[in-house]
Amino acid sequence: MEYDNNIPIYLQVIDRIKKDMIQGHLPMGEKLPSTRELALQYNINPNTAARIYKEMEQQKMCFTKRGLGTFVTENPEIFNAIREDMARKRLNGFISEMKELGYTKEELIEAISQNF
Amino acid sequence: MLKCENLRKTYLNKTAVDDISVTIEKGKIYALLGPNGSGKTTFMKMVAGLVKPSGGEILYKDAPIGIVSKSEVAYMSTEPYFYSFMTVGGVGKYYSEFFSDFDMDLFKSLLAEMELDAEEKVTHLSSGMAAKLKVAVTIARKAKLYLLDEPLNGIDLIARGHIIKAVLRAAGEDSTIVISSHLVDELEAIVDSVIFIKNGRSVIAGDAEKIREQRGKSIVELYKEVYS
Repeated sequence: MEYDNNIPIYLQVIDRIKKDMIQGHLPMGEKLPSTRELALQYNINPNTAARIYKEMEQQKMCFTKRGLGTFVTENPEIFNAIREDMARKRLNGFISEMKELGYTKEELIEAISQNF
Repeated sequence: MLKCENLRKTYLNKTAVDDISVTIEKGKIYALLGPNGSGKTTFMKMVAGLVKPSGGEILYKDAPIGIVSKSEVAYMSTEPYFYSFMTVGGVGKYYSEFFSDFDMDLFKSLLAEMELDAEEKVTHLSSGMAAKLKVAVTIARKAKLYLLDEPLNGIDLIARGHIIKAVLRAAGEDSTIVISSHLVDELEAIVDSVIFIKNGRSVIAGDAEKIREQRGKSIVELYKEVYS
């Protein structure tokens, strides 16, 4: 994975994991790698890897079973919320870029329905 | 675990290290950054006990550099130091006789991971393979502090990837790693803390994430700013 050095790495990895959850690569209840494995998988600092799970746990994306490891949440509402949140962010970015190009709402809707 | 204060090294009329004050904490990965000739190697050699400081103080676990520190510090120099008659596996054997903390099983698994052939003669290795071998023998020691001087310098992208993986594997709660480099890009994601050395002085030191947050720029950008 290539990193953008201007965005904290832990946020970039969390984003990637969210995408994997939405796309079904990391289904509900799936066991996540240990922090050490996560560090090796993403070529990141082990302490950053630990921070990622801490952050994800706070966002209720995952939970820890003592002695067993970290698992993807089994709550479908969280999955939905992540999907909606990611969609909203991308949509907002897209809309503001199209606005910069001078598109009106109607033109934009027209362009989308033609190209979708 | 390591504390350096006003560290200084002069050779006749040349100052290699002017004033380095840094604290290295256990369980972290440090990037020692600075252009060629800024004093990184001299600093590492002083910590490794190979060069005697002209001034200042180094304390390893609250004691001066000596037998204890030397047994717990694994230093990888930039110079190649393998005998030409040796094979890759032979280098491992040589190390295992020298260092009681050398882990032969770990060495073998590092060779496999780095795609190095134990039968190969060291004279036949490409510079990338030789660089990987240097890292492998150093990391195969169960040391407390690893000092890797320019492990990524002058080698291809794939070999760099292998070396970074090996470094991450060696990282842990009980091991501390200092990597010197001017390839800041490669280290941005893997280090906890950075130390900037300029003209023999430590000019910036601290937690990488905090530096990014406080200054609003990446370590790479900060590097360009400090040294341009």
